[in-house]
Amino acid sequence: MPNSHVTPPKVTVRDLNFFYGKFQALKNINLDIPEKKVTAFIGPSGCGKSTLLRVFNRMYQLYPGQEAKGEILLDGKNILDAKQDLNILRAKMGMVFQKPTPFPMSIFDNVAFGVKLYESMSRRELAERVEWALRKAALWDEVKDKLGQSGTSLSGGQQQRLCIARGIAVKPEVVLLDEPASALDPISTARIEELIFELKEDYTIVIVTHNMQQAARVSDYTAYMYLGELIEFGDTDTIFTTPKQKATEDYITGKFG
Amino acid sequence: MISIYTRRRIINAFNLTASMLAMAFGLFWLSWILFTLLQKGLGGVSIALFTQMTPPPGSAGGLLNAIAGSVVMATLATIIGTPIGIMAGTYLAEFGQRGWLAPTTRFINDILLSAPSIVIGLFIYTVYVAKVGNFSGWAGTLALSLIVIPVVVRTTEDMLRLVPNGLREAAAALGAPQWKVVTLVTWRASKAGMVTGVLLAVARISGETAPLLFTALNNQFWSADMNKPMANLPVVIFQFAMSPYEDWQKLAWAGALLITVGVLGLNIVARVMFRKKSSFN
Repeated sequence: MPNSHVTPPKVTVRDLNFFYGKFQALKNINLDIPEKKVTAFIGPSGCGKSTLLRVFNRMYQLYPGQEAKGEILLDGKNILDAKQDLNILRAKMGMVFQKPTPFPMSIFDNVAFGVKLYESMSRRELAERVEWALRKAALWDEVKDKLGQSGTSLSGGQQQRLCIARGIAVKPEVVLLDEPASALDPISTARIEELIFELKEDYTIVIVTHNMQQAARVSDYTAYMYLGELIEFGDTDTIFTTPKQKATEDYITGKFG
Repeated sequence: MISIYTRRRIINAFNLTASMLAMAFGLFWLSWILFTLLQKGLGGVSIALFTQMTPPPGSAGGLLNAIAGSVVMATLATIIGTPIGIMAGTYLAEFGQRGWLAPTTRFINDILLSAPSIVIGLFIYTVYVAKVGNFSGWAGTLALSLIVIPVVVRTTEDMLRLVPNGLREAAAALGAPQWKVVTLVTWRASKAGMVTGVLLAVARISGETAPLLFTALNNQFWSADMNKPMANLPVVIFQFAMSPYEDWQKLAWAGALLITVGVLGLNIVARVMFRKKSSFN
């Protein structure tokens, strides 16, 4: 049974508010994300769960007019600080998106892309790292004979696992998954979920999902969000069996949303 | 009362016919032009066309100096204009989200894009030819590169905007600084389109007459000196076609055919490259 008092928080969110221009998308969020566990964000569309995830690696800063106020501590250091180096932060906080986004280059180069940014290593070491990442992402056996082929030639499920391999190849500390299986068929989804299970041995994982069964299956902790507010956060079993809030219960039992 | 289905079929047939007629109308003139060009131009095509200089009226000759001049000036103009165009287009698409500089640049570029080429010729005449004191190959090259730049800026920006933001986010999420996102991912994703844009620019300047008339002018003789007036196909065609001499007119037709075939070839190359790339995805 996971217990939040024993597991130290890897990421701490303090009084976080987020704005798309004038619209406030996140309201006063406070949250502790435990290390080497899977934390799921659930809630209806537009509740701010993806927005919250995108604050973690400051992805929102690619676009003008978006602003976050408050604190997010990664190992005690505030990553929303203006002095925080964005690229180093993103190298530590890996992210996998809803739609697979293979780069227009070979499978090998896709996985090596992020590695080459921050580490200089020999060709052999690089090849080993690529193999390691592809094995971790359960894709190695399917692509080991065609590493030179374009990453875009793979199927949707394979592309998504390629993106996961690419994300973990740089050895991040946290892996952010933004509805990683919503564009995939059930078999590919099952593989991704198995993968999440294995990955939490080494990584802190945060997953945004529309699918409540998926949250129940893969996560240790669950946060229920609604209209930009964090309604309830706790270990997944409690949230799904005896939620404290009426709103959470209504959503989980399907009375709402 | 006719049924909805019948009515839709009638409307469909009507619109389809109208579209086909519009297409046939366009194709008719195009094929007429091509046919005339082939008919009149093929007669002038011979080995001499590619080996001899432009002749005085009444004697035999070819277009060698004009072909060479055109190729040299178009190539140099592309070499000068392409990097500027690609960098400016990249700025507009990738870096210029904030502030007034990008919208202003885009607006001015659009004006430049639609500026009559004769204006560009006159501009170079005023700022370069008049100052230096003589027409020259460099002046022609400059005028042509001023035409290349806005075309390449526009196509580069358009092609980069077609790259889904997800790809940029994915690269940024790995910790790639923006310049690496651009050079390693988005440029690569839109490579075929950007090359097509450059080829279109080359095709555009291959036939430009007006900007060369005031800059490179023409040269009866072989000249590799870029500081001297330089022969080129469009101006030679212009002069020879307007002349009363039949052999000159024949050469003008042959030159026109040559440019058309060259531009057609470039377009086919661009298409083939683009198709090869898109079948990849």
